[in-house]
Amino acid sequence: MKERRMVPSAEFRSYYGRPVVKAPVWRHDIAAYLFTGGLAAGSALLAAGADLTGRRGLRRAGRVAALGALGASTYFLINDLGRPERFHHMLRVVKPTSPMSMGSWILTAFGSAAGVAAASELVPRGFVGTAGRAAGLAAAALAPPLATYTAVLLADTATPSWHEAYPELPFIFAGSALASGAALLILTARPARTEPAAVPAGDADRGTLVQLCIYLRDRLTSTALATRLDQALNQVGVSTVEPTGERFDPSHHEAGGTLPTTDSKLVGTIATVEAPGYADRGVLLRPPVVTVYQRRQA
Amino acid sequence: MAERMGFFTDTSVCIGCKACEVACKEWNGVPDDGFNLLGMSYDNTGGLDANSWRHVAFIEQPAAARPAPAAEQPDFRWLMMSDVCKHCTHAACLDVCPTGALFRTEFDTVVVQEDICNGCGYCIPACPYGVIDQRKGDGRAWKCTMCYDRIGDGLMPACATACPTESIQYGPLDELRARASQRVADLQSDGARLYGADPDNGVGGTHAFFLLLDEPEVYGLPPDPVVTTRDLPKMWRKAGLAALAMAGAAVAAFLGASR
Repeated sequence: MKERRMVPSAEFRSYYGRPVVKAPVWRHDIAAYLFTGGLAAGSALLAAGADLTGRRGLRRAGRVAALGALGASTYFLINDLGRPERFHHMLRVVKPTSPMSMGSWILTAFGSAAGVAAASELVPRGFVGTAGRAAGLAAAALAPPLATYTAVLLADTATPSWHEAYPELPFIFAGSALASGAALLILTARPARTEPAAVPAGDADRGTLVQLCIYLRDRLTSTALATRLDQALNQVGVSTVEPTGERFDPSHHEAGGTLPTTDSKLVGTIATVEAPGYADRGVLLRPPVVTVYQRRQA
Repeated sequence: MAERMGFFTDTSVCIGCKACEVACKEWNGVPDDGFNLLGMSYDNTGGLDANSWRHVAFIEQPAAARPAPAAEQPDFRWLMMSDVCKHCTHAACLDVCPTGALFRTEFDTVVVQEDICNGCGYCIPACPYGVIDQRKGDGRAWKCTMCYDRIGDGLMPACATACPTESIQYGPLDELRARASQRVADLQSDGARLYGADPDNGVGGTHAFFLLLDEPEVYGLPPDPVVTTRDLPKMWRKAGLAALAMAGAAVAAFLGASR
């Protein structure tokens, strides 16, 4: 038997076709804030991760990005107010029923922490460095609430499509915050191999000589002289890196070319070393340039 | 707290004189909202907004739409209704206001404090009736105060005072509800119904309620309004889950990364 409707299909009726609810009065500033607020949260969270895993460049980029995005957010939010000079009225009350009130407090706390964390990058030694870590972790703890409260803010309205989307909206906001933070850090962080290598001895002259030796070693055509130079470098703690047969790792090796193979065990391993890498007492000075086995296309 | 006060607007006796609109503007010093020809029957106000706190709707309805047209009746009828802020028991505008500018008075009505409002605009999409609005050039949100400055002194609100047919009645909410249920019983055969008087509706009943002669949609009223903050605990829970997922994703990214 064919299904049949038990109620007539709904038809929109209203007073001369006018909408029943009012459209939001927020301008483009709020759309821009939704992006910059997410960016600040994503960057701060990743900066804390970088801090705890010893990635200094990534940490610096994340902290500075978080403060920059926060500054932009503050501008957009205040600029959209009907009475911008009364922005501080946002901090008159604490109201859990108002996502905007909760957001104002989250943003204020996040801003203080992100500000200290970014400032510590300018004076990175001693006490300030410790305060920087504490502030960075505080900002990271506030980052997920900062990224997701905006979803509650939009859903907590009578605007039908926003309200109905409340179960999914915070996940979209959290995801886009993390994605935009990560994207910005990829743009700003330099690849590992071009980071200035730390010279453990703290001896700048020694570093200059080592770099010069490597420069000469690359240009030598005599195998005997090259071997002699490698021995000398070895004596002062600089070792050559020739990872033939190891698995290719782009964070430690530079791919110079590929070699086709049908042996699936070899795929992804290093076939030959075109130019050796150098490590100074375990710290990579320069990655080796290698040829990698690649699956032969049938 | 003083007694709960309210408006009972009986649209069956409204004659569309707009005295309420005028009295409201005069007493409250509400600026004009443009002198536009809207082409909507005799209505050039359009609807409630920052500069119109009472709005008289004019609906010209063909006789065919009437429940039981009698022989000696014209081929159409007027539906007129003076709309106003509903002063909800569970008011979304008040719930979402981040500054505390919106507050509940001792009469259980909802009023904006103009010296606190910073024009964030959150109350505007929160209202399920589309009442409160931002005033252009001023930036703040405005709506009916139920003449807070009159009723505190024992006076009636300006609109109710000016209404020549007692379509707008002001008084203690309980009294008004009792009067309204008697009136709706009398007008049963004309398709009369009460709108907003039920304390169990989605906004906990409204302090301004209406006797209507047709479906609420015809007057531009939502048939089943719900205070958006009813779902707020569920929203915060979802956001908390999303926040945890975000933190978890970041932790996983760093733990899974090879040095």
